[in-house]
Amino acid sequence: MSQISLPDHADFAEKLWHWTFIGICALVFLFLIAPILVIIPLSFNAEPYFTFNAKMVALDPEAYSVRWYQDFWSKTIWRESIWNSLFIAVGATILATALGTLAALGLSRPEMPFKPLIMGLLISPMIVPLIITAAGIFFFYASINEYLQLTGSYLGVILAHTVLGTPFVVITVTATLSGFDHSLTRAGAMCGADPTTVFFKVTMPLILPGVISGALFAFVTSFDEVVVVLFVASVEQQTIPRQMWAGMRESISPTILAVATILICISILLLATVEILRRRSERLRGLSAG
Amino acid sequence: MASETATPTTADVLTTVDGRPLKVALAEAQRTRRIRAVLLVTPLLLFIFATFLFPIALMMFRSVDNPLIAQNLPKTIAVLEKSWNGKGVPGEEAFAALREDLMASRAAGQVGKVATRLNFETSGMRSAVTRTARKARKMKAPYKDQILKVHDAWSKREVWATIKRLAPTITAANYLAAVDRKYDADDNIVSQPEERQIYVTLFMKTLWMSTIVTVSCLLLGFPIAYLLASLPLRHSNLLMILVLLPFWTSLLVRTTSWIVLLQTQGVLNDIMVWIGIIDDENRIQLIFNAQGTVIAMTQILLPFMVLPLYSVMKTISPSYLRAAQSLGAHRFLAYYRIYLPNTMAGIGAGCLLVFILAIGYYITPALVGGQDGQMISNVIAFHMQKSLNWGLGAALGGILLVGVCMLYWLYNKLVGVDNLKLG
Repeated sequence: MSQISLPDHADFAEKLWHWTFIGICALVFLFLIAPILVIIPLSFNAEPYFTFNAKMVALDPEAYSVRWYQDFWSKTIWRESIWNSLFIAVGATILATALGTLAALGLSRPEMPFKPLIMGLLISPMIVPLIITAAGIFFFYASINEYLQLTGSYLGVILAHTVLGTPFVVITVTATLSGFDHSLTRAGAMCGADPTTVFFKVTMPLILPGVISGALFAFVTSFDEVVVVLFVASVEQQTIPRQMWAGMRESISPTILAVATILICISILLLATVEILRRRSERLRGLSAG
Repeated sequence: MASETATPTTADVLTTVDGRPLKVALAEAQRTRRIRAVLLVTPLLLFIFATFLFPIALMMFRSVDNPLIAQNLPKTIAVLEKSWNGKGVPGEEAFAALREDLMASRAAGQVGKVATRLNFETSGMRSAVTRTARKARKMKAPYKDQILKVHDAWSKREVWATIKRLAPTITAANYLAAVDRKYDADDNIVSQPEERQIYVTLFMKTLWMSTIVTVSCLLLGFPIAYLLASLPLRHSNLLMILVLLPFWTSLLVRTTSWIVLLQTQGVLNDIMVWIGIIDDENRIQLIFNAQGTVIAMTQILLPFMVLPLYSVMKTISPSYLRAAQSLGAHRFLAYYRIYLPNTMAGIGAGCLLVFILAIGYYITPALVGGQDGQMISNVIAFHMQKSLNWGLGAALGGILLVGVCMLYWLYNKLVGVDNLKLG
């Protein structure tokens, strides 16, 4: 029984409060979601303006066009930045997922010493202001450039993005492992499987949803990251966020709205994947019937 | 055989099959397990140390590092330390040392840096240093008069005091500058001139803006977290998507949206003109100022408030409220006395997280902040990328980092990082 529904005997004040509350919530949800949704129709604007004109409101087909999408696709710099973004994000995701999952496995063992301290250190890249991380990594790369050229290289950006992505993997995988029944691995061992087999046949399938969610978080973190790229990358590693950043600092062209719409579609896809995984994971671990 | 006879197998010492005392065997097994756990964490820990903690430590060192003068004017410093009492202009010995030092650093191509550094302390020193260095080679002893003839800045006592003061390779000067203080020529800490006092105000403004963002997030987040926690799971899951979608949407996309919505020719102003609240001529400047930064940051950070609130509210049983009401409390009193105290853990977690993330914000203020919406991160970026005053940038960053670490420690203490919720 929910507390939200109004009992039949509610008096006027209670009814008034109830509907005011619903109204407030609706406004907050509007505040959350409207800025994202407003961009989508505007990206199909036939005119180079950032607002709805009378024709658009009247749903006149002539007021809409895909010219900004064509513009986006026809520019080499945007096309290249897609590949750069994907390449860097995939590299950082693989590294962050591997390192983060291993660490989460260790952290969720009861024997792990100094757990709060180590956990605190591993999560800190998420907390430390990005500008400090970016500047620190920039100076560090600059100081070792004679031995290993990381400034202005793909590897440099990937390593930096891995640092930023690992906290998310650690958090999601430890969360999945918190409900993990350790007698299952013992059962596997008693049936004669060696630790590696137990890991891949028993543990991995159970924590896989958490690992994939963590990987998606790491992917988004890298795919959306601009500050480190500004400090560490050269023009060769131009990514989508950096290209957007440059466009927004000069003069916004509606092409950015087209890019933004594409990115929104990607986030919807990712969010849907994570939600499905989360429910599957909860079902597998018998936590809820969500 | 040997082990069997060596171990006492009396009835009161339990042993394993191979005859070792159970206690020893257990401790050993525990140790192996602990080592295994540590080994799993080690790769990431090393990685974080090498590419995150060490670089930040390196940058923090930059905020106190001051090698330039010590490296380039070693002889001058030695003479000043030895035979100058800080009063009046030093004697011939110091001028001779200065000539040698400047010749050496000119050969090493460092004179420009020395000139810039001294000029930063006393204006006019750039030309004094470069000109003296250029003419030093042709001078003949005694040097004092010739050097004074090249540039009369060397006749000022403060210049020599400054060189002596800049001699230590570790300095607090950057931190002093970061809190609007500086050393005068005689090592006293004094306030910066009025027009250069900007950083304390900026720190205050950053804290103030972060506080407003945090409070706004709490005020907006509390009702919807409550709604989500009270609705049956089927409906709340659907509404939860509305909270999570912004969380997954690119920061740059959301910032772009706010520009589109709030700019003077933007959607919100258009709607207000259309409804008739404002005239077409008096459109409101909603963005490219502090207000725009706060609005955009509130929307961007709101999910970080809603998620911890929701997970705490979910655990509060509705029967508490019913019990309070059946004991005679009015609905509102019951909320205030029973429900609200129970949500404190969530309020604390959400507020701390939002505040921590807000004070280090860079992208949104840089794009929508205009002149007065800039925060401390933006000034750090300015010093790192534009003015190239890395020492000052690192010192500002150091102060910010200490603040964030203290809040993070508090968060860890109160909430625990392992309770961080990501949807």
